[in-house]
Amino acid sequence: MGTTRVDVTPAAAAMMRQLRGQHGPLMFHQSGGCCDGSSPMCYLEGEFRTGQSDVLLESLKIDGVDEPITFWMSGSQFELWKHTHLTVDVVPGRGAGFSLEAPEGVRFLIRSRLLTEQELAELS
Amino acid sequence: MTVYSAPGSDGAIVNYESRYDHFIGGEYVPPARGQYFANPSPVTGQDFCEVARGTAEDVEKALDAAHGAADAWGRTSTAERANILNKIADRMEQNLEKLAVAECWENGKPVRETLAADIPLAIDHFRYFAGAIRAQEGTAGEIDDDTVAYHFHEPLGVVAQIIPWNFPILMAVWKLAPALAAGNAVVLKPAEQTPASIHYWLSLVADLLPPGVLNIVNGFGVEAGKPLASSNRVAKVAFTGETTTGRLIMQYASENLIPVTLELGGKSPNIFFDDVSRLDDDFYDKSLEGFSMFALNQGEVCTCPSRALIQQGIYSDFLAAGVKRVENLKQGNPLDTDTQVGAQASNDQLEKILSYFDIGRQEGAKVLTGGARADLGGNLSGGYYVQPTIFEGSNAMRIFQEEIFGPVVSVTSFADYADAIKIANDTLYGLGAGVWTRDINTAYRAGRAIKAGRVWTNSYHLYPAHAAFGGYKQSGIGRENHKMMLDHYQQTKNLLVSYSPKAMGFF
Repeated sequence: MGTTRVDVTPAAAAMMRQLRGQHGPLMFHQSGGCCDGSSPMCYLEGEFRTGQSDVLLESLKIDGVDEPITFWMSGSQFELWKHTHLTVDVVPGRGAGFSLEAPEGVRFLIRSRLLTEQELAELS
Repeated sequence: MTVYSAPGSDGAIVNYESRYDHFIGGEYVPPARGQYFANPSPVTGQDFCEVARGTAEDVEKALDAAHGAADAWGRTSTAERANILNKIADRMEQNLEKLAVAECWENGKPVRETLAADIPLAIDHFRYFAGAIRAQEGTAGEIDDDTVAYHFHEPLGVVAQIIPWNFPILMAVWKLAPALAAGNAVVLKPAEQTPASIHYWLSLVADLLPPGVLNIVNGFGVEAGKPLASSNRVAKVAFTGETTTGRLIMQYASENLIPVTLELGGKSPNIFFDDVSRLDDDFYDKSLEGFSMFALNQGEVCTCPSRALIQQGIYSDFLAAGVKRVENLKQGNPLDTDTQVGAQASNDQLEKILSYFDIGRQEGAKVLTGGARADLGGNLSGGYYVQPTIFEGSNAMRIFQEEIFGPVVSVTSFADYADAIKIANDTLYGLGAGVWTRDINTAYRAGRAIKAGRVWTNSYHLYPAHAAFGGYKQSGIGRENHKMMLDHYQQTKNLLVSYSPKAMGFF
C-alpha cells in the first residue's frame, strides 16, 4: 500500500460503514477553531461544498463501503498540518457541529504523527 | 470555602428536572419522534437528566410559534421590552447562586467562575441591552427643504441562534439579549453537551416573555441544528463554534440570502514585553496572572490566550515564575469555591486535548508542567480533568496553530517589537490578544498592529457588555456585545418623504 496522508482505525472504519448504511455516501472536512474545532466533520458527500480554498488529502477506501470517502481540509490549514500524518479514530463523546456520528454517542477524532522524510518525499 | 452539594443530592440548592422537552410557544412540548438523549455531568461523568432529541419537525413547530409571536413582539415599545429584560436580570440576580451551581454541574467549570463571572456578566448583559434599546434612536436626514430621509430600526423577525457549550448560559445571553431587545422572536438550540442549564434559567424567567418569543429546541447539530440553520423561515443565523460548521452555516445562509454572524475561535497570542519585569510590584504579579489566564474555564474559551510570547530579555525568569504560578493552581471538585480549574466539558474534548499532548511532544515541544490527564480520585475519577499544561516550542508547531480548547499554553520567545507582531499575526485566526507592557506607546502600537478583534491591554479575559467582541480573519464575521450588536438584529427602514406638493417635472 502506498504512502497515505490519512488512515482510519478499525473502530472509525466500522462507524463509517454504519453511517454509510444509514445515510449514504460520506465525506470529511477537517475543522479548525473553537468548541468542536480541530476535529473532523463527517457529512453526506456533497453536503459541504468544497472549493478552491480546500485540499483533498485522501480518498479513503473503507471495507464494505463501495465508494471512497473523501477527506478535505482548507488549504490554509493544510499548510500548517502538511508535515503530519492523520489517523481518523472514534471515541465516546457528544457534540460535533453537524457531524453525522454525534447521535450515535461517539465522536470522530484525529490522531497525528510526524510524516517521515521518506513519506514526505513520496507525497510531494 | 464552600462546597456545594451536587444537584440532585441531599442539601443541593438547585436541582434539575429528570427530563427536558422542547420549549415552544410558551410551553414544554415533547419531541415529535419521542426520542431523548442522556446528559452527563463532566464533574463525575454520570448522567443527570435526559433531554429531547429534536428533529426537523420540532424545529418547524418552533418556527411556527416564533412567526406567530414575532409581529406583535416587534411592535411592543422599547420601554416594554427593556422592562422585561430588566426583570429577567432581576430574577437571575435573585437566583444567582443557583444558576451558578447549575451551570457548574452541567459544564464542569469551577463554581467560583460561574459565581463571579458567567452569571453576573449574563445579568449585566440583559441590563445593558435594556438600556441600549431605550437609548437607541433613528435619524432624520434633511435632504433638502422639502425632502426628509427618516431611518427607523426594525427587527429582523425570526432569528436562529446556535449556542456553544463552553458558557452555556452566558453565550446564550450574548445572543438573546440583543435579539430580544431589538424585537426579534428567537428559536435557540443549545449545545448537545450542555442542553439543560438554559432550561433551568428558563424556569426562572419563562413567565416574563410572551409565548413564542423565545423557543428552545434541543438536540444534536445534524438533527436539530441543521434544519434550523438551513431553514428558509429564519431571517438570520447566529452561531458560535468552529470553522467548518461556520462555513456550512454560511453555505445554507447563501441559499436563503440571509445574514449570519459567526464566532469561530482563535489562537490568541499573549505578549509580554521585557519591561513587565522591571519592577517586582503589583503589575508584575498581574502580568503573571495574565499568563495563567489560559487555564480560565479549563481553556475552553474562544479567546484562550493559548500562545504566550515572552521577550528574550525576561524569558527564562518570567517563564519560571509563570510555571510556578500555574503549578499552584488548585484543580479539584468544580463545586468547591476554592477550585480554580475544573473539568473539561465532555469526554471527546478530553480526548482531543490528550491527542494534542501527543503531537506536541512528537514535534519536539517541551512540557514544562502538566501534560497529562488528571485523576482526582473518588467520584471525580470518572470526570474529564486535564492538568494545566505549559508547552515550550516554536510558532510553526501545530500546538501553536490549532485551538486545543484545553488548559494548555504554548510558549515561545521573541526578540523585539517587530518579531512579536510577526509571530502574533502568524496564525489563521484573529479573535483575541493580550499585550503586557509598562510603555504606553508600545502598548498602543502593538494593540493596533495585531490583527485581532480584541486586544486586551494589561488585562485579559474581561468581558464587559459594552466592549465589542468578534474576530478578524478566520475567527468569524460580525461582533457580539456592545450596542452596535443591535444592528446585527435589525433592519434599517428608510422612509424617504417629500413634503412638496409640486410634481418633479419628469413626466
